Amino acid sequence: MTRFLSDSALERLREAADSPDLTGTRYRLVDKLGQGGMGGVYCVEDTELERRVALKVISGPDPDGIGTVRLLQEARIIARLEHPGIVPVHDAGVLPDGRPYYTMKLVQGKRLDEHVESVASLSDRLRLFLRICDPVAFAHAYGVLHRDLKPANIMIGPFGEVLVMDWGLSKVFGPSPEKDAPIDQADAGPSTENRSLTAHGSVVGTPGYMSPEQTRGDASLDQRSDIYSLGAILQFLISTGNAEAIAKPLSAIRGRAMAEDPEARYQTVSELSTDLAHFLDGLAVSAYPEGPMVRAWRWVLRNRTWILLLLAYILTRTLLIFFRPR
Amino acid sequence: MNKPLLGLVLGTILGAFDGLTAWFTPAVRNALLGIVIGSTIKGLIAGVLIGFFARKVNSLALGILFGLGVGLLLAFAVAAMQPGPDHYYFAIMLPGGIVGTIIGYATQRFGERPQTLAR
Repeated sequence: MTRFLSDSALERLREAADSPDLTGTRYRLVDKLGQGGMGGVYCVEDTELERRVALKVISGPDPDGIGTVRLLQEARIIARLEHPGIVPVHDAGVLPDGRPYYTMKLVQGKRLDEHVESVASLSDRLRLFLRICDPVAFAHAYGVLHRDLKPANIMIGPFGEVLVMDWGLSKVFGPSPEKDAPIDQADAGPSTENRSLTAHGSVVGTPGYMSPEQTRGDASLDQRSDIYSLGAILQFLISTGNAEAIAKPLSAIRGRAMAEDPEARYQTVSELSTDLAHFLDGLAVSAYPEGPMVRAWRWVLRNRTWILLLLAYILTRTLLIFFRPR
Repeated sequence: MNKPLLGLVLGTILGAFDGLTAWFTPAVRNALLGIVIGSTIKGLIAGVLIGFFARKVNSLALGILFGLGVGLLLAFAVAAMQPGPDHYYFAIMLPGGIVGTIIGYATQRFGERPQTLAR
């Protein structure tokens, strides 16, 4: 039969078959936004609230149910991570065709790898990076690892809002601070089962942004793995389209975030962001030890206006003493 | 420390210090105490005015400009009050202007802004 169909016609047929069946739901299909490894993301209209949202659904058959479990886990994790830098989930359920779905805020903006060219100044890029750190630190505080942090998964909204996207590979690594509803036990069936989906040495992530331990398929990943990925994003932001020589303290921050040994890295995202904020403020950073002369010079530079004003006063007074008006 | 208080403290200290520099002028050393008191009061008034301005206006450039203006104006008044034919406008106004500039810079950069209540 395929002999009578062109490749493009076949592709259209496949897309039609993958399209979510929204019959009888409050949603109306508008457009396909993208396709990931696990599922497709569609722009749909919520007919009750009269707004457009993004709908994520598993594409293709899921005979062993792993995709279903992962999608539900992703929705539950995002739903618990209420943070301005994490896309909110609106709804979750099962479509008439039996596939699970969830809807979330429709984010319109640019991916970081597309947006970065429009941010010329290095300090603006570093401030942008600090805003990426916030939702990641928040997720870590709730015991969630992202595991796929990369520029393509960071969205910059039209008003400059920074959103960490695609929590499809996220994993629970520690106890949630919400005692009554820990993330990995909220719904015992799928979530408990899900831990085993990625805990036995399967390698997930993006080469170049994965930590060495993640690349090896270590089961005992912790927040330091995401810190490595943040270091790789920092490297991307520093190097893309930037011909300037990189300051040694900044290079040291990147180096510490991307250290081969997790013990040598920053142990928390806030340590990394604090060091970077210090760099931006012209302060000493923990990743780059300095001698007393460099510290003194840094102090002079930071207080140069004070020093100049006081010198101007002292000079004026001295001149007036020696060259007193007669 | 709020901005008017910071201006007051800084103005008082700098004013007193400015007055003490009169010791290097032997001709006026006899009147040193009066000069120090007068200069301290001048610094205090300048500090409070500049501090209140910093509380209302959040601009480093305008703060420095206002400080310079107040410093020059008060120093001008002091010079004009000098007895005798020589008023030493330049010798009094120049350091007075710099002191005002320093207070203007400090009150803009440091000192707490009053908290606004959301209703």
